[in-house]
Amino acid sequence: MNSPVGKRKARHHPIVRLTHWVSALALLIMGASGLRIFNAYPAFARKGEYFGWWPWEGQPIAANLTFGAWLGGARHWHFAMMWVLVANAVVYVGFLFLHGEWRSLRPVRGDFRDALEMTKFYLYLRPKHPVQDSKHNALQKNTYLVMLLAGVMAVVSGLAIWKPVSLGWITTLMGGYALARWWHFLAMLILATLTIIHVIMVFAVDPYAIRAMTTGGYDEDRFSPEARNARPFVHLLPAEAASSAIAVTDAAALRTEAEK
Amino acid sequence: MTTPEKPLRLVRRAGDLMDRTVESLRSSGQMERRDFLRLGSLALGGALLSACNSQGPKWADGWLKTAEKQNEKVERWLLSHDKINRGAPGAMLAGDKFPSYFISPTVPLWDYNTGPWFLEIGGAVKKPVTVSLMDLMALKSRRQRVEHFCVEGWSAVEILTGALMTEVARRVEPTSDANYVDFVSFDKNYHESWDIESALHPQTIVAYAKEDVLLSPAYGAPARIHSPIKLGYKNTKYLTKIMFMPERNGGYWSDIGYEWYGGT
Repeated sequence: MNSPVGKRKARHHPIVRLTHWVSALALLIMGASGLRIFNAYPAFARKGEYFGWWPWEGQPIAANLTFGAWLGGARHWHFAMMWVLVANAVVYVGFLFLHGEWRSLRPVRGDFRDALEMTKFYLYLRPKHPVQDSKHNALQKNTYLVMLLAGVMAVVSGLAIWKPVSLGWITTLMGGYALARWWHFLAMLILATLTIIHVIMVFAVDPYAIRAMTTGGYDEDRFSPEARNARPFVHLLPAEAASSAIAVTDAAALRTEAEK
Repeated sequence: MTTPEKPLRLVRRAGDLMDRTVESLRSSGQMERRDFLRLGSLALGGALLSACNSQGPKWADGWLKTAEKQNEKVERWLLSHDKINRGAPGAMLAGDKFPSYFISPTVPLWDYNTGPWFLEIGGAVKKPVTVSLMDLMALKSRRQRVEHFCVEGWSAVEILTGALMTEVARRVEPTSDANYVDFVSFDKNYHESWDIESALHPQTIVAYAKEDVLLSPAYGAPARIHSPIKLGYKNTKYLTKIMFMPERNGGYWSDIGYEWYGGT
């Protein structure tokens, strides 16, 4: 309210907000049903061959992390939700290109250095939050780019597993059926790991992002992690809270001074 | 292969309770919209957690069925008789590490006391025939190294020899309305019906030998249908009948709930 009108535009376009939550749901269901499918044969080796994935080869995933109840049920969910995931990704990537937002994810020189600076800030090795020229900091930007690429990897390796004969050329590209399953699993691991870190960081650094990603409200000057100089788990209050608190104490001190 | 109704019912009951609580708090003015949203997201999280290992909500069944039908269309469109599986060049043959399965309590064996084994080929055809193993072996055959894909996710490489299904069809002359083929076994009531395009794929064979030795009972003796174009469960072992049909008639695993198409 106390910032200029021009600055109060939504942080995320409605299409970005919508596709964010659709992909959250789709990824959750794809991941959990995929793990149920994996549990039907929790290994990668062809029969009669060896796959160097010790000690995990043959180890099933805990049932509580799976979805679909049985192999057939999980397959139905997986093969239905895959269209939602892909259609949603097409809308999102299409939006990125049509609205020029791809620039905020494009890898550029200095990304590594900026990510290093962010890491130093989080580790209290530098006092000030690095200056951001886009809505993401360097760590976020790299994460979201890797997630997009892991998504592509999941789709391509998924096609190789789904249609190893009809789309045999993709399976060959992946190094065969057994390796395609491995790439698919790895893509899931990358997506799951980064998603979990993402969710933790939302709560630990930028809880205002939840509102920005749902109803859209966001006040850059008060809420942005840069304005709050927010490190994980600290400085969660709006930017002016700290300074106004100081102002109040200052005024009180002055008053006491005057009364003397 | 269970249908866990119980966890779902619990989720629904918990959801109802939450709804009622929130609604009463809201109408009594004790709760703001923000708190309502907060509680709501907690409830959603709880529902997601209890959805673990469940089959999903009942209302999604129709959507899943539609997706399966649409997927079948895509798969049939992708199916090509030019796509040949070469059995993962460089991979090891599975040999006796190749899993064997059947649904009878013990390995199904043809009971020769009831007479010799014959394969009946009929249904929607002009010239139905009944052939012996010798007749089958006299048909134009194919020896192929293929990768076998199981619905469970494993694959195994083997070399199979058998009569070409295209040759079988040429002999019996299917009628123009023969859109499906049913492969029936003597392993209890096991059968699986296929779309005719997959049945007439050049790699679909009535196999009688594995790695140049006649099929052993564990692998479907005396003969089985096999094609790398279908998932393992569609490839009926212990074959007794090949029936051409105008309509599909499901199959053992398809009726349990796996995809009917089961293509690769």
